[in-house]
Amino acid sequence: MVLERGEVANSWRRERWDSLRLLTPNWQSRLPGYRYEGADPDGFMTMTDVIAFVSRFAVVAAAPVRTHTTVTSVRQTGEGYDVTTDKGDLRCRTVVLASGACNLANVPSLRQDVPTSVECLSALDYRNPGQLPEGGVLIVGASATGVQLADEIHRSGREVTLSVGEHVRLPRTYRDRDVLWWMDASGIWNQRYDEIDDLTRARRLPSPQLVGTPERTALDLNALTAAGVEIVGRLAAVRDGRALFSGGLRNQVALADLKMARLLDTFDDWARRHTRDADVGPPGRFEPTRLPASSRLDLDLRSGEIRSIIWATGFRPDYSWLDVPVVDRKGQLRHDGGVVDAPGLYAIGLPVLRRRKSTFIHGAEDDARDLIDHLACYLANTSARRSAATSGYASERQSS
Amino acid sequence: MAESSVNNGVNVGALLAAREALRSAPQAARFTWRASCKWQNGTHSHTKVQGFHGLGEEQKHKTEFSFEADHPEVFASEDLGATPVEHVLVALASCLTAGVAAVAQNRGIQLRSVEAKLEGSMDIQGILGIDSDVRNGYDDIKVTFHIDADASKKEIEAIVAQSQKRSAVYDIITNPTNVSVEVV
Repeated sequence: MVLERGEVANSWRRERWDSLRLLTPNWQSRLPGYRYEGADPDGFMTMTDVIAFVSRFAVVAAAPVRTHTTVTSVRQTGEGYDVTTDKGDLRCRTVVLASGACNLANVPSLRQDVPTSVECLSALDYRNPGQLPEGGVLIVGASATGVQLADEIHRSGREVTLSVGEHVRLPRTYRDRDVLWWMDASGIWNQRYDEIDDLTRARRLPSPQLVGTPERTALDLNALTAAGVEIVGRLAAVRDGRALFSGGLRNQVALADLKMARLLDTFDDWARRHTRDADVGPPGRFEPTRLPASSRLDLDLRSGEIRSIIWATGFRPDYSWLDVPVVDRKGQLRHDGGVVDAPGLYAIGLPVLRRRKSTFIHGAEDDARDLIDHLACYLANTSARRSAATSGYASERQSS
Repeated sequence: MAESSVNNGVNVGALLAAREALRSAPQAARFTWRASCKWQNGTHSHTKVQGFHGLGEEQKHKTEFSFEADHPEVFASEDLGATPVEHVLVALASCLTAGVAAVAQNRGIQLRSVEAKLEGSMDIQGILGIDSDVRNGYDDIKVTFHIDADASKKEIEAIVAQSQKRSAVYDIITNPTNVSVEVV
């Protein structure tokens, strides 16, 4: 059975800002035996669309979902796991953790040094610019969330300063195709976790600077600068009411430009080797990220120039309910491709769980097949060893 | 991984082994670096380094290193050593250069020559107390590398970018650091 704390597609219903659309084009929204069949395969789903898409899948797949059931504890027993919920307890031999990697906003501790006159919101709190006080906004973090909020809030007529650390620059389209078409077609998204050189790094990679809009526009730092957003370095400290930004911004953008160029080289190589050059547009390169001769290194948070700060500094999983010692000192689950470091415990939907595409909707299918094979073997083996058969059933905690 | 024919004199194997070892023993990764400075006369001082702490115990350089610092004659000093702000450029240059060698080795790229020119600009109205709106330190540091290596320009740019990303001195200069100064 699938345990869901709210309704199906709960985090899409409750934990997203109003204007958000998927980063993946509609044609990539596919689940086992189920896909987008609308009239706009190259478009990007709004949250209303995503909620409908996921909810309908639950019906089509006849998934045994128990909604409005919050798991408060998972404990290991000799036989398997004791799962405590606010609707009663369950015993099961295997558990799949499907609660995702984005349960809590990962707000840095320097948040506590921000003067109280400045309103602070995390990306999980943000819904629309109307929530913010009038006046300047500092957005900390320039991954997908940060760049999208910078653009939207700037359009609302507020001055926006964007603090940029390590980031992943991507064009929306390349050679007349969506950049995520290239990730899919060239096989990068299918790269397995055990084939990746630095898996820790791959799993920590920030989300790309992308937005899904009908216009399919790029939303990189150049686009934001052109719109009038001020780019500053990584927020390094808040001292005496002043935000201090890193002077290393130039290298951050140099790294992102170099990495994007390398990725485009990979795409071009693939197109050449697979004689696909005629199917796509001509190759080209994008302008390097433009920065002013010197970026601002500090900002007085007490001057009134900045009235609110949005922490777009990423997310982390919440395993506070998981009473099994499988979480490392950095708060991450110890697992090998989703097979967690405790017998009968599995995870799905975490960054590069088994493939680079693991956290995308269409990435769930292959991972689920692999893990179900493992899980079925585990059940068969433990059943064989057990003289008294117990009624085993799998339980999932599903949130997205 | 390093190709066998490439030798920049960096033992990347040992560094990668240390990285693996420290991953499971993070407390040993905590280092303390030390310097002892003694005033000579005027603006001239003499600083020595030898001992440091790391890998869970006291460590020592093979020999004691010493550094003279002073100010040039235009500051009415004796000019018996580089200025402290020049020592900062020395630290940045040597840190980035060491990083270039290590990253190139790790990427299997043979270096033939690496030269860096550094320029730090500063308005001394700050240190002289003429204008309190002017900061004391550098307002801009420019590093220019000339690198001759078996690699494309893009590859060389990537090595230099990665060297900055992993440089302690670059981090110290570009980000604020808590400094406490006591008199005992």
